[in-house]
Amino acid sequence: MLAYAFRRVLSAIPIALIAVTVCFFILRLAPGGPFDGERALPPTVLANLRAHYSLDQPLIMQYFIYVGRLLQGDLGPSMVIDGFRVADLIRIGFPFTLTLALYAFVIATAIGIVAGMLSAVYQNKWPDYVMVLVVMIGVVIPNFLNAALLQLVFGVHLGWLPAGGWVSGSVAHLVLPVTVLAWPHAARISRLMRGSMIEVLGSNYVRTARAKGLGERLVLARHAIKPALLPVVSYLGPGLSYLLTGSLAVEQIFGLPGIGKYFVTAALNRDYGIVLGTTILYMFIILALNLIVDLVYAWLDPKVRYR
Amino acid sequence: MPGLTGKDTVLTDYANKLAVLDAPKGRSLTQDALRRLSKNKAAVVSIGIVVLIILVAFIGPFFVPWGYSEVDWTSIRKPPDFDKGHYFGTDQNGRDMLARVLQGTQMSLIVAAVATVVSVTIGVIYGAVSGYFGGRVDALMMRFVDVMYALPYILFVIILVVMFGRNPVLLFVGIGAIEWLTMARIVRGQTLSIKEKEFIEAARASGAKPFAIIMRHIVPNLSGPVVIYATLTIPEIIIAESFLSYLGLGVQEPQTSLGTLISAGAPVAEVLPWMLLGPAVVLVTLLLCLTYIGDGLRDALDPKDR
Repeated sequence: MLAYAFRRVLSAIPIALIAVTVCFFILRLAPGGPFDGERALPPTVLANLRAHYSLDQPLIMQYFIYVGRLLQGDLGPSMVIDGFRVADLIRIGFPFTLTLALYAFVIATAIGIVAGMLSAVYQNKWPDYVMVLVVMIGVVIPNFLNAALLQLVFGVHLGWLPAGGWVSGSVAHLVLPVTVLAWPHAARISRLMRGSMIEVLGSNYVRTARAKGLGERLVLARHAIKPALLPVVSYLGPGLSYLLTGSLAVEQIFGLPGIGKYFVTAALNRDYGIVLGTTILYMFIILALNLIVDLVYAWLDPKVRYR
Repeated sequence: MPGLTGKDTVLTDYANKLAVLDAPKGRSLTQDALRRLSKNKAAVVSIGIVVLIILVAFIGPFFVPWGYSEVDWTSIRKPPDFDKGHYFGTDQNGRDMLARVLQGTQMSLIVAAVATVVSVTIGVIYGAVSGYFGGRVDALMMRFVDVMYALPYILFVIILVVMFGRNPVLLFVGIGAIEWLTMARIVRGQTLSIKEKEFIEAARASGAKPFAIIMRHIVPNLSGPVVIYATLTIPEIIIAESFLSYLGLGVQEPQTSLGTLISAGAPVAEVLPWMLLGPAVVLVTLLLCLTYIGDGLRDALDPKDR
């Protein structure tokens, strides 16, 4: 297990490096720059600005400077807002984005697994049909539309919950965003869980367990759940990264103070610093998540370890 | 000099007899799949609705009394009014909502079609090449896919759209260029097993070049999973496009798409509900039907799951 973990960590390093390279060059090779304002800047000012951000160096040198800084844990400065660094943005916005995504993740995963299991156990009976319908809504309605509808019903007509905005420490302000974010995630998980659970319940060892006289609950708890969880576990990593990026949209819609708002604005202003820094941050998170998922997977399924 | 021995006459007679006789017809795998699909009521109804939506979106505008960017100064922000021909009402600029919804549906469908074609083309060729050559080439190509997977997808689209301008063509290509990853993985997996089959060996023995083998012998055998996955990709692309338009990064005025319409309708849904209702209903119906069709195709083409 330890050797497998070690190998897996080693193989993640070149991927991270290549991904940083791809991001860097895509952004830099695109036309337009952070200083293309409405009015042209005086040439000397422009030259100084470019020198300040090392934009006057050859591209390949800029790349090495960037990677060098990155290795020291510096994600670089904003090129539009003076004195603002990606690190500041992360300090301000990231805790909120992470909180939102984690709430949604925990709630959705729990609901998704239970719903999928119930759906499989009561296959083709009414709990299954209700569940399938709710799941379908989650899969089909895009989050911005779902957000608008929920805001309208619970925020405006019923007035139970605030329709948007943020008051520090208020749980009520989080209910709708977390619901919007969690619904599709729960739906996908319950779909996966339902499928794999139905397959497991039809397998030979479950029949054996039933044949030796185990109660249905024990069969589920001891024999069925662990193998049925495999596809769900392999989805959790990508799932959490969907939630993290999806929260960009939800933050935008509900006017929440996460990274999302800054990212879209920065992209519109061609603020290379912020865009590159945020993208690389997300990429590292996704890679780390995939790594964790692989390790959990190896723990659940010994076959993987010895490949 | 037809047959001295009379052999030819006998054979011709026999051939004629065979031609008249009803030979037992074989059923191809495709026919089997179609039969299974036609038994799936949800899928059949969905196909009907999608075809209807496509027809109405492309033919409808010729029968609607107003153009999608035409301003009716006498009715601004008005609810549905049948006398004036505003069957879905009008928006804040006095433009007919029905015409706009039709145009928006058209745009969303075009985006979906183009992006799906792009992603299927890239994904199939990339996956087939990677799987066919195997070894180091495969490892390298799949490592690249892993890298692309690690890039946060929607951030990447936003970057592309912002950097390359608000050109709809680039929007299509950008979305398609990102959706191909999963397709490449699926195709590679299938190719790995197909390339071990005897007919590939036969093709290689007869001197076919690798590219010809991939295009002529491997790709046609991938149609099942490709069709399924492509159908399931379309709704994802429509959502991605709507989302970009929602953020204001997609299709630009006066053109519109379902996402743009929803983003315009959502803030005013309390006072002008018809502005949200039309596009929302079309979008949800479309996505629901496409998902059902995708699921139906998967059940029909891949019977081992049942």
